[in-house]
Amino acid sequence: MSRETTLHLSVLAGLALLYVVLPTYHAGNLARIMVLAIYAMGYNFLFGYTGLLSLGHALFFAAGMYGLGLGMTGFGLTPLPAFVLGIVAAAVTSAVIGFLALRTVGVAFMIVTLMFAQAGYLAILYLGTYTGGDEGFVIQQAERVLFGLDLTADGTRYFAAWTLFAISFLILARAVQSPFGRTLIAIRENEERTRMLGYDTGAHKLRAVILSGTVAGAAGASYALLFGYVGASFATVQYSIFPLLWVLLGGAGTTIGPLIGVFFMFYLIDISSGYTSAYMLVAGVALVLLTLFAPQGLGGELRRRVAPWLP
Amino acid sequence: MAAVSILETRALTKAYAGVLANNSIDFALERGKITALIGPNGAGKSTFVGMISGRIAATSGDVLFEGQSIAHLPAHKRIQLGIAYTFQIASVFGGLSCHENVALAARRLTGSDRAALEVRVADALDRVGLSDRATQIAGDLSYGHQRLLEIAMGLVQAPSLFILDEPTQGLSEAEVQAFMALMRSLAGETTILLIEHNMSVVMQTADRITVLNYGEVLASGTPDDVRGDPHVQAAYLGTADA
Repeated sequence: MSRETTLHLSVLAGLALLYVVLPTYHAGNLARIMVLAIYAMGYNFLFGYTGLLSLGHALFFAAGMYGLGLGMTGFGLTPLPAFVLGIVAAAVTSAVIGFLALRTVGVAFMIVTLMFAQAGYLAILYLGTYTGGDEGFVIQQAERVLFGLDLTADGTRYFAAWTLFAISFLILARAVQSPFGRTLIAIRENEERTRMLGYDTGAHKLRAVILSGTVAGAAGASYALLFGYVGASFATVQYSIFPLLWVLLGGAGTTIGPLIGVFFMFYLIDISSGYTSAYMLVAGVALVLLTLFAPQGLGGELRRRVAPWLP
Repeated sequence: MAAVSILETRALTKAYAGVLANNSIDFALERGKITALIGPNGAGKSTFVGMISGRIAATSGDVLFEGQSIAHLPAHKRIQLGIAYTFQIASVFGGLSCHENVALAARRLTGSDRAALEVRVADALDRVGLSDRATQIAGDLSYGHQRLLEIAMGLVQAPSLFILDEPTQGLSEAEVQAFMALMRSLAGETTILLIEHNMSVVMQTADRITVLNYGEVLASGTPDDVRGDPHVQAAYLGTADA
């Protein structure tokens, strides 16, 4: 077994073991962290590996979330087909947005993705009759049952989050090692050179947006299913910035960086808010310090100092 | 019968805001030979090969590769037809290892066949003498070695047409000698279009020479023909050199 595989399986085993060790409150936190880490991993695939900075991923997260939520409450679907609907919604949304936004590069790409996401957010508010607008809607506890398992119980929710995290984690870890992933890294490093090696860089970038957006949507659907709430706040610009911060903190372009970043940020806010209402200030200072002293993020520092082989 | 020319251009023209960088160039590249493209700075050499490889869109005219027009094809499609291109300024993937740089160039051809990939990569690195640096990060290499790496990235594609834009720039004398030996070893295997400033390299390796001046073909022929051409002497080589 390669070092990479050993690392990935150890991370998953560690997360599974933590449930046994951790008190209920922290286990609940960790379930949420794992779901948000799926979102961060999807973002990292595009930002960290392909080198495309999107400011509109909240739209893909929301597409998955509303796909599942409306599927269950509006069409009366059971969780599994509703989950599939959420993923399809995110895939279609990211394909369309990717097709349009990839006509631009750099700062323009950031602005175009941001604007599409804002349009999506406003559409959710405008269609309040169906989406619940600002208030959103709750998915009833009785409906959140998958394969006979009650997803609202602590244990099942934890391991449902773990399973979804593990699937996304392993798929993406595999993808970045594949010829496709290697080509994306090449595009990040030098797009013109990659094109002149005979690769259709436009098609590769579109596929990267679709995979990234679909994983983000899977995270949104998972979040709605496991925590029972669908709301417009998840489509705001804040939720497009979060994955960027998580990935920067944890280490862009590393497989374990997103999980580290979400974990770090989650507990930074959780702990500091116990002491002060200015907890975002603490988060801000931590971010500034990291940018100054570990610009590659925590995972990037690990790779630089300890393990250059880190995938 | 295969055509003698692997590549032809017909009235190929590039205008930058009204200035003609290339003015109606008719050119034919003989299969299996080394052709050098020379000319003073600003003569339009890089523009010309840019239009052949697809990096630069032509204003008008046609490019034929193996008898087929490729003028409408995007760059990556032309590369897929078997045209390899090395950049004038070394353009390797600085953050990746030498091995990965060459592997990226080869993977498009080998797909998921890892064994074939490794054989090709090892062979290409060996031919340019970088085998012992396979695991080094390309950005840490000396400029001369980056140029050699770039040549390996072209070689590994086993191109039928290999375009090299000033490959010996920045190489030491010993490396230039090795490069010339490499070019000669490719003779017959592939067709080479070489943009080169180093006259001794041109005279020693090229089978044919085309001289560009002010975006037009000034002369074309064997090294001896070109050397003896009074127009070329006046425009470029200088009388003392002839």
